[in-house]
Amino acid sequence: MKNIWHFFTGTLVLISKGSKGYYCWVAFLLTLMSIGGIAYINQLNEGLIVTSMRDQVSWGFYISNFTFLVGVAAAAVLLVIPAYVYHWKPIKEIAVLGELLAVSAIVMCLLFVTVDIGHPERFWHLIPKIGLLNFPQSLLAWDVVVLNTYLTLNLTIAVYILYNLYYKKEPNKSFTTPLLLLSIPSAISIHTVTAFLYNGLGARPFWNSSILVPRFLASAFCSGPAFMILIFFLVRKYTKFKIDDKAIQKVAELIAYAMFINLLLLGAELFKEYYTGSVHLAPVQYLFQGLHGHSALVPWIWTAMIFNITAFFLFLVPDTRNNNVTLVIACILVFVGVYIEKGMGLVIPGFIPDVLHEIYEYAPTGIELLLSMGIWATGLFVFTMLLRVAIPILNGDFHVADDGVGYYIGDQLFFVSHHDDESSSVGESGVDDKTS
Amino acid sequence: MSDNKKCDNQVRHHSRRKFLKGLTAGIGLIALPGREASASVWEEFFQKHFRELSKEELSKVIVRLEKKYSQQFGKQVKVKSTPPLEGVLFGYGLDLSRCIGCRRCVYACVEENNQSRDPQIHWIRVMQMNKEKGVDLSHAEHYYNPDKVPEKGHFYMPVACQQCEKPACTKVCPVQATWKENDGIVVVDYNWCIGCRYCMAACPYGARHFNWGKPGLPAKDLNTNTHYLGNRPRPKGVVEKCTFCIQRTREMPGRYPACEEICPVGARKFGNLLDPESEIRYLIENKRVFIFKEDLNTQPKFYYFYAT
Repeated sequence: MKNIWHFFTGTLVLISKGSKGYYCWVAFLLTLMSIGGIAYINQLNEGLIVTSMRDQVSWGFYISNFTFLVGVAAAAVLLVIPAYVYHWKPIKEIAVLGELLAVSAIVMCLLFVTVDIGHPERFWHLIPKIGLLNFPQSLLAWDVVVLNTYLTLNLTIAVYILYNLYYKKEPNKSFTTPLLLLSIPSAISIHTVTAFLYNGLGARPFWNSSILVPRFLASAFCSGPAFMILIFFLVRKYTKFKIDDKAIQKVAELIAYAMFINLLLLGAELFKEYYTGSVHLAPVQYLFQGLHGHSALVPWIWTAMIFNITAFFLFLVPDTRNNNVTLVIACILVFVGVYIEKGMGLVIPGFIPDVLHEIYEYAPTGIELLLSMGIWATGLFVFTMLLRVAIPILNGDFHVADDGVGYYIGDQLFFVSHHDDESSSVGESGVDDKTS
Repeated sequence: MSDNKKCDNQVRHHSRRKFLKGLTAGIGLIALPGREASASVWEEFFQKHFRELSKEELSKVIVRLEKKYSQQFGKQVKVKSTPPLEGVLFGYGLDLSRCIGCRRCVYACVEENNQSRDPQIHWIRVMQMNKEKGVDLSHAEHYYNPDKVPEKGHFYMPVACQQCEKPACTKVCPVQATWKENDGIVVVDYNWCIGCRYCMAACPYGARHFNWGKPGLPAKDLNTNTHYLGNRPRPKGVVEKCTFCIQRTREMPGRYPACEEICPVGARKFGNLLDPESEIRYLIENKRVFIFKEDLNTQPKFYYFYAT
């Protein structure tokens, strides 16, 4: 118990230390978070009428972001499988970063759902026994269960491993292995259940297609790892953490496969809708061509298509995949492409035309954008804090001091660019003892 | 465990409870005006699901709500909780060959059921259809506004909650805040709904409406005869819907729903599906009936028919 407390206080000291760049970044995020907070207070006072959601389009930008981020969270499994099932060393060293990304993404998911509901203070109605969770009838109830399970699993695994490394102990395999194995189906489950959430609604032909779950999974295995690779490059550039090129290339190769399946499934969906040409074609037409003069999403979805297809070839061709510049471009294209396709591109056409075929065009208001920006900043803040602790631990720059009570901080700066790497290690202030 | 220790434990327990109580009261006092008001806010916050309330708890809730609404609107408001009648299953019939699209039902419903006037919430949507196209939603006009109805070459189709036997909306609610009563009416507990709007995504008829902002309901327009599961004033951030005028139809003697009563051409019919002598049963058995979106198998108890 005492050890946990020492570990905890040590991390607090650690996150308060850093280079100028680190402080600026954190201050920037905190500013965005405050702006988001103010936007949320405004929304709580006025109601969701400050959004441009209405009865016709009853879910909008918040739920689009939620859906996309579930995918990002699920993608951690792409690191866990090679690392812990195949014991592939280059990825094993970085798998914990994937778990921390999953934690941050789920935090964002939960925040996006919270800001979307009309009565967030009634959240306790969702707690089994205390409230009345409609399980197993409601897929939203399932989502509450699997998202929280996945969050708990990833947080437990990552914190447990880091905690043991901090105390220079070998993590107990008989504890971590079952949890890690469980986290694999759990990652699949959050995405499957989120897809089922839409999939099960007979009222919405755009979602009521059995191909939706595999499409969700395929696109998740593009966007999540793409984001992961970008993080790897940033971490490698701005911290002392080493990441093997082989690990990055393996992940990039997996994205190529996933993007192929994603495009194939999308093509299958489009073929079925256009060739059949039933009234159920309307939402697809709205998305890709515009319907009765309404075409707000058309430029977006075509941007996404071009990005995804370009990225697919960049990932596919070994030369561009192994070139760091083109790889970064491909990752950004995939991330943006899937963000559009799996976010607004998936949620909004479910409501346009609505069930009585009315067309209400939706575009997020300023409040929705600011609030969403605040949530993204919160997620990045959580991720930054987690990395601030995890990376020095993995580098051996943050561990228990020789007396077994205090802590040793070797990395005072955290954010450094490579050329002043030397000075940072020279400038380390050494042992920072603390006894209590 | 020694007696001494037990005693000690009890004391600690007691003081902790006192502390928590103090804390809650403290927070309440800081955050809210007046001791009484804060008590009712906490009561409302911790209120159980409608169907889990005991008789005593329910009557307390009703008293609290009546007091709250009466204060809010400056007139005496009645909140009923009349249960379903035995041997009754409500059904609704709508004669498409008669409806003239005047929308009197839309506004009678708003007045009866205390919907928000600003922003406007309508539980009934009337669509203007082209006679040549038949019931074809993709050619329906929702916002028709001529000087005179009916317009030549058109017919009209009002849509409200279809009170399905297999409602898609109740199934998806994550907190069971909406359910089908024994008389077939699908209701919402406005004090339990978390406002996630999953039911709105699930409903194939656009019958569910959300209070996006604070409902604008002037005191002079308030209908003071209300039902807990029906037309009592709603807070912002919850979903609401047609309840077949539960505050009227569940009474003994009952009254027709407001939309049925106002219809100038007698296009609307309402009755007990379990009563073989009822008008609604006669219509179903003798007229050409069609069920809206029958393929979804939601099994509506709202029957469109052509009498002529």
